[in-house]
Amino acid sequence: MIEIKDLHKSYKMGNNSLHVLKGINFKVNEGELVAIMGSSGSGKSTLLNILGMLDGADSGEYTLDGVPIKNLSETKAAEYRNKFLGFIFQSFNLINYKSALENVALPLYYQKVPRKERQEKAMQYLERVGLKPWADHLPSELSGGQKQRVAIARAMAAEPKVLLADEPTGALDSTTSYEVMDLIQKINDEGNTILVVTHEEDIAHMCKRIVHLKDGIIVEDKKIEQVRAEQYV
Amino acid sequence: MFNRDRWREILEVLTTNVWRTIFTAFGVCWGIFILIVLLAAGKGLENGIKKDFGDIATNTMFMWTRATTKPYEGLPMGRSFEFKLSDVQAIQDNVPNMRFISPRNELSGFQGSNNVVRGIRAGAYNVYGDYPEIINQDPMTVTSGRFLNLNDIQDKRKVAIIGQGVKDDLYDKGEEVLGTYIKIQGVNFMVIGTYKKNDSGGGEEGQKEIFVPFTSFSQAFNRGENVGWMAITANDGSSISQLKDKIIKVMKERHKVHPEDTRAIGYFDLYEQYNRVESLFGALKGVAYIVGIMVLLSGIIGVSNIMLIVVKERTKEIGIRRALGEQPWSIKKQILMESIFLTIISGMVGIIFGALVIYGINSLLDSVGPVDMFMNPSVSVGVVSGALLILMISGLLAGFIPAQSAIRVRPIEALRTE
Repeated sequence: MIEIKDLHKSYKMGNNSLHVLKGINFKVNEGELVAIMGSSGSGKSTLLNILGMLDGADSGEYTLDGVPIKNLSETKAAEYRNKFLGFIFQSFNLINYKSALENVALPLYYQKVPRKERQEKAMQYLERVGLKPWADHLPSELSGGQKQRVAIARAMAAEPKVLLADEPTGALDSTTSYEVMDLIQKINDEGNTILVVTHEEDIAHMCKRIVHLKDGIIVEDKKIEQVRAEQYV
Repeated sequence: MFNRDRWREILEVLTTNVWRTIFTAFGVCWGIFILIVLLAAGKGLENGIKKDFGDIATNTMFMWTRATTKPYEGLPMGRSFEFKLSDVQAIQDNVPNMRFISPRNELSGFQGSNNVVRGIRAGAYNVYGDYPEIINQDPMTVTSGRFLNLNDIQDKRKVAIIGQGVKDDLYDKGEEVLGTYIKIQGVNFMVIGTYKKNDSGGGEEGQKEIFVPFTSFSQAFNRGENVGWMAITANDGSSISQLKDKIIKVMKERHKVHPEDTRAIGYFDLYEQYNRVESLFGALKGVAYIVGIMVLLSGIIGVSNIMLIVVKERTKEIGIRRALGEQPWSIKKQILMESIFLTIISGMVGIIFGALVIYGINSLLDSVGPVDMFMNPSVSVGVVSGALLILMISGLLAGFIPAQSAIRVRPIEALRTE
């Protein structure tokens, strides 16, 4: 599903150039649940941004579902993001003047799905994350866990090929974290490919594979025995 | 074009900070208000001044003779001469695009001794010998009877059309006027009509005139073929100011006046005067537009500023939306539409206020009666739609820079701001 070859990325800071990614090679197959781990500054967020087409690589190849991702115009990148990717952020990034339902419906709006259909679909996804009764609430009226579940529903709504989660539990307490991970596991069980960036060991172990990044290179890439989050909920 | 979600969003953005929106809107509102009021005031002044020209055909010149100031072809300087009736035909033949050429003779009564008598009453009036065309150049309303016609001219009938003022002086109230006789310098004329000029047509003096056929006038008062002066109107397409030189040249040739004798023939070019006034109002209108648009401009800059702030505030939201796959142009469109919407709505409010003020001034003018040189201030539908067009363009301009800056932010940078 995702294939990366010899990916390099550096940031210019004044006269100094900060080499963040120094040749990343990795491959993710369909239906995998991969944790990308690393301390801060290891380049994991940069990698995720490149995977998410929010940022471009300096060199290297990136293929997503057989489509080479290179030199995209903003318009094309937006289209691909909308079609291929679902984002889940640490700080939820819901639009705070829109209700939960409208937030979920947003990616569908960008796909020009008719209003009625859009709302029905958004409602389905809200139901799947167990927030149907909160559909008309604004994000400010929801708890952290609920917000993240709305964000997950939103990421799912456009039926993307890959879900990218950037520290999805970073702003949540452990019980809520496990609830969210439980939801992510269940979505993965249905065959969705998910990448989770985290620095928490327990969260990483709830995935099926852990990729360790250190100083811009992959130092470890191993398949693990998945810990189900259900038991902690 | 109509997109419910987009409009909901526009309204949401503009209502999140109501006071800020209102103050911003006020800038534009004020600008367009000033523009409308200035234009209306200019129009009021224009209407007032133009009223003084009345209905007189403005493409007209008046021409009379004076003494020559240069000797020519053996004739001395200081020679007096008079236009002749045949000059009318000569101008008609030699100068194109003539509409009316009216030769006129006059017995002046203004500040003079009484020249018109009826029974025991008498008065001093201007008596004109005229052709029927004069009614087109010096318009008046015939209130009873009829005006002069060609038969009167041909038969040299001693008939007269008298003004309302003359009638009031010489007749009792309700007395029958038509068919009665008045004595003009001892010659009886039958009154066949009365006229009234509107207020602007020479004021009170304008109502105290008597018109008689040119031919009968000449005969009765021994003018022969002489013409006192001429009123010449050109066709609408050509200006009398340009034809003037040609006409005067023809006259000089016919009366053996030195071609460079500029004082032998006197004239008054009404069209030139009118044009001067016209260009004055053109300039006035220009000033109104410039001032109005300048004021509007500061309002537009306000809108642009606020839109920049709005974009800044929504940087993160814009980042999220782009991460979710919104197209850059869609974001741009959103910002532009917000800006145009804000500008047009506030501009409309400005136009409405302007219209109310104009309405107020008009009803005030109506209640206190006519004011000198100011009448019926108004703006046309054209001006209003022009103002709306200006608003639309300025809204677009105001939103352009903010919209550009909104899509210049890369989503990753937008999301990074915590």
